[in-house]
Order: sequence, then structure tokens, then C-alpha cells
Amino acid sequence: MVFAEMTDDATELFDIELKLLLDAVYMRYHYDFRGYAMSSLRRRMRHAMGRFDCERMSDLQHRILHEPAFFADAMQYFTVQVSEMFRDPAYFLGLREQVLPVLKTYPSIKVWVAGCSSGEEVWSLAILLAEEDLLDRSVIYATDINPEALAKAEHGTFAADRMPLFSRNYLAAGGRGSLSDYYTSAYGNAMFDRRLKKQMVFADHSLATDSVFSEVHLVSCRNVLIYFNRELQDRAVGLFREALVRRGFLGLGGKESLQFGAHADAFEPFVANQRIYRKVAP
Amino acid sequence: MAWPSPLEALVIGASAGGVAALQTMLGSLPGSFQAPVFVVLHVPKDRPSGIPELLGGYCALPVLEADDKQPVRPGHVYFAPPDYHLLVESRDALALSMDEPVLFSRPSIDVLFESAAAVYDRGLLAILLTGASSDGSEGVAAVRAAGGKAWIQCPVEAAAPAMPNAALAHAGADAVLRLGEMCERLKGSPA
Repeated sequence: MVFAEMTDDATELFDIELKLLLDAVYMRYHYDFRGYAMSSLRRRMRHAMGRFDCERMSDLQHRILHEPAFFADAMQYFTVQVSEMFRDPAYFLGLREQVLPVLKTYPSIKVWVAGCSSGEEVWSLAILLAEEDLLDRSVIYATDINPEALAKAEHGTFAADRMPLFSRNYLAAGGRGSLSDYYTSAYGNAMFDRRLKKQMVFADHSLATDSVFSEVHLVSCRNVLIYFNRELQDRAVGLFREALVRRGFLGLGGKESLQFGAHADAFEPFVANQRIYRKVAP
Repeated sequence: MAWPSPLEALVIGASAGGVAALQTMLGSLPGSFQAPVFVVLHVPKDRPSGIPELLGGYCALPVLEADDKQPVRPGHVYFAPPDYHLLVESRDALALSMDEPVLFSRPSIDVLFESAAAVYDRGLLAILLTGASSDGSEGVAAVRAAGGKAWIQCPVEAAAPAMPNAALAHAGADAVLRLGEMCERLKGSPA
């Protein structure tokens, strides 16, 4: 089976080159993708090579190292940006009906949206807090490693053709009015109400390399951890654990679980059927 | 017999007509089956599929909808959840992703097969069943290029022949079999 042996080599070489590329990106730009899940990275780097006409990974590495503007373009292949407003409405309903009544008892509320990407969830949470009369005494920290995504998030403008989906989600999440109460449409875009933005703080923050920056009552980090390997997941959840107040809340994506990680014992499930956890008392 | 030797993992892809075919196939796996089984079935994205629960009733092995970074256990069947790609991250862990749909599908058979081929190479058996898409063609090619084996359902028999036909044309197969023949082989699997 000479052919099979050759192709085993090909897989191994690809992985070696991929690891070298991640090291290079870290050394050159201080973006740390070394703890990302390899299975998705392999596929995305193959796409990047196709898109940028690089026959070998080393060609891609060469351009990334020598052309910062090229790296900015290639960045989209390292991180994934898909989000919706009120995505998984049952999650937001769980926050509204079960978590916010507890947070209400605090004089001020701090929420951290970790890995906020282009901000759909940040604006959703602001609407949720506004409808529960909590926005004025809340701060929402929205963090991501991708500067382009952060700029979009801060802008709070989304394509108008996404509004029907977002509206359905909003209503299913227990929305008290109509989503259109919160945005104005112009030129194919929906721009969300600036009043929602007053309490938002946007910041560049990496779950792979940075540390905790504030104490918070709720961390929402959804479909971010799936791109990390177990070690990096443990690091990220460790940050959340450290940032959260006593008995604080952590919301994850629908198929993300604390069960397989190092911090499983530090949290208990809080909302049935949703991945909303509460920190256990120390 | 077109078996990997030893058989270390089984991946199955199915689309239109796949529920009935999977019911038969999973029902044929003996309780002693040692390899982990990973399944992508195309399902609508916006509601719980209920498929793992449904098919679990016909299968001697535990049937689960995969969670991210779930440990891989021998003799367990893992389904991709609706609206997520399922990938094999390592011999110890699964991974999910929300990368873009491939050929309009998330989960994608290609994504699962390629990721499994990179981890199990010669130890992988891939089975492609009925479907009306061309998903799975790249995946079968990746499995075979890595030294694994691919069985494709005989298009004449498949409820929807497009998917088996597309894979056969693009990647070929180690065996083209009727569902019943595949099941007989799995019953007597060397694993």
C-alpha cells in the first residue's frame, strides 16, 4: 500500500505546516490560534489556500508574514462569524424569565459578551435589558479579537433583509413589542437605536492570551468555544469563572457543554434544556 | 471484503430517503460492534430533529446527538446536530462548527468524512447512502485518498440515486452494495 503511506505523509505534512503557520502568525501578529480545533482549521486553511491561489501552505505563510494587509484579509479564514439576533430564541427567553429576575436584585449589572463577532447578540441583549427596565443600570462589555468585526458590532447596522428572521426570533424570545421599534431602515440597512448603545463598551480581548478585565454578573459566550481545543476551552472557561461574581451566570451555545472540561464542578445547570449555567458557591 | 483492517471508525452519510435507510442500517449493527460510528443525515435546521431518539430505538448501540468536544467512545453512534457541522477532532474528541454550509448543507457529509479521514486514515470505513444532493463526493474521495474504504449504496436501489451516483462518478468506491448486503456485512464485521 505505497499509495496509502504516501497520503498518510501528506496529512502529516499538512498538519506540520499548519502548526508552523499558527506559530508564525502568533510571533508576527500576536494573534494566538494555536489552541484552535484542528479539524476546522484544516478545512478553513485549505479554503484560504484556494481563495488566495496558494499551492502550498508555505506560500500562504510567506504572504501572511510579509504582507500585513494580506493578513487582515486572511483573518476571516481563522475566525468564523455567523450570528443572528436572538439566535436560539429559547436561550434569550431563559435569560429573560429566569436570569434577569435574579440580576434585577443587584444595584448595577455587568454583562460580558465574549467573542461578540459582528454584534448581533450584543444588540439583542441590550433590547432584552431595556425591555426589563434594566438597561440604564447595566454595562455590556463586548469583546472580540477581530477589529473588523468589532467595528461592525459597534456600528449596530445590519442588512435589512435579515430583519424578518431577526423579528421572528425576537418574538419567539418573548419580545414585548416589535423589533422594528428599535431600528430605522435606510438604503437596505437597519440601523439600531443609538440609545441602546449608551451602555455598551467594545474592546479587543483574546480568550487565548488576555486576562480578566472586570467582575461581571453574566457571561454570554455562544458558539465561540466550539472552535477551541479542550485546553483552550479550559482557559476560556477559567477566565469566565474568575470574572463572574459569586453565583454569577454563564450562557453557552446550544451544543456546548461544560461537562467535558476542567471547570465542570464549578458550575451547575440553571435553565433546563438551555446551556445556561450558574456558578456554584465556593 | 473491502474492510479497513483493523476497522477503527465508521462514518455514514445520508440525505433524502435516509431515515428509513439508517433505521435498517443502525438496526443491523450488533451490540458487540466496537468502532465508534459518526452519522450525518441532512435535516431541517430550525428544529430539534428527534432523529437520534427515534433511531436509537432500533439500534443495539447507544445513539446520541453529538455535543462539542464530546469524548469518542467505542460502540457509540454520534449524530450531527441540526445546523452544525460534525467533525472528528481526534481519536478522543468530536468537534462541532458553524462554518458555512457546504452545498447548502449544514451538517455536511463532506466535512465529516474529510475530518474523519485525517484522523483515522486507513482505519476508516465510510458508507454513503441515498440522497438527492452531491454532498459526500469530496468526502469519499478524501477517505479513499487517505487509505480508508468506501461503500456506496447501489444507486438503482437507493430511494434517491443522485448522491451515490455523484460520489461514484467523482471518487469511485471500494464496494457498491445494496443496503441489505451492507447490513449483512456489518453484522459480521471483523471489528
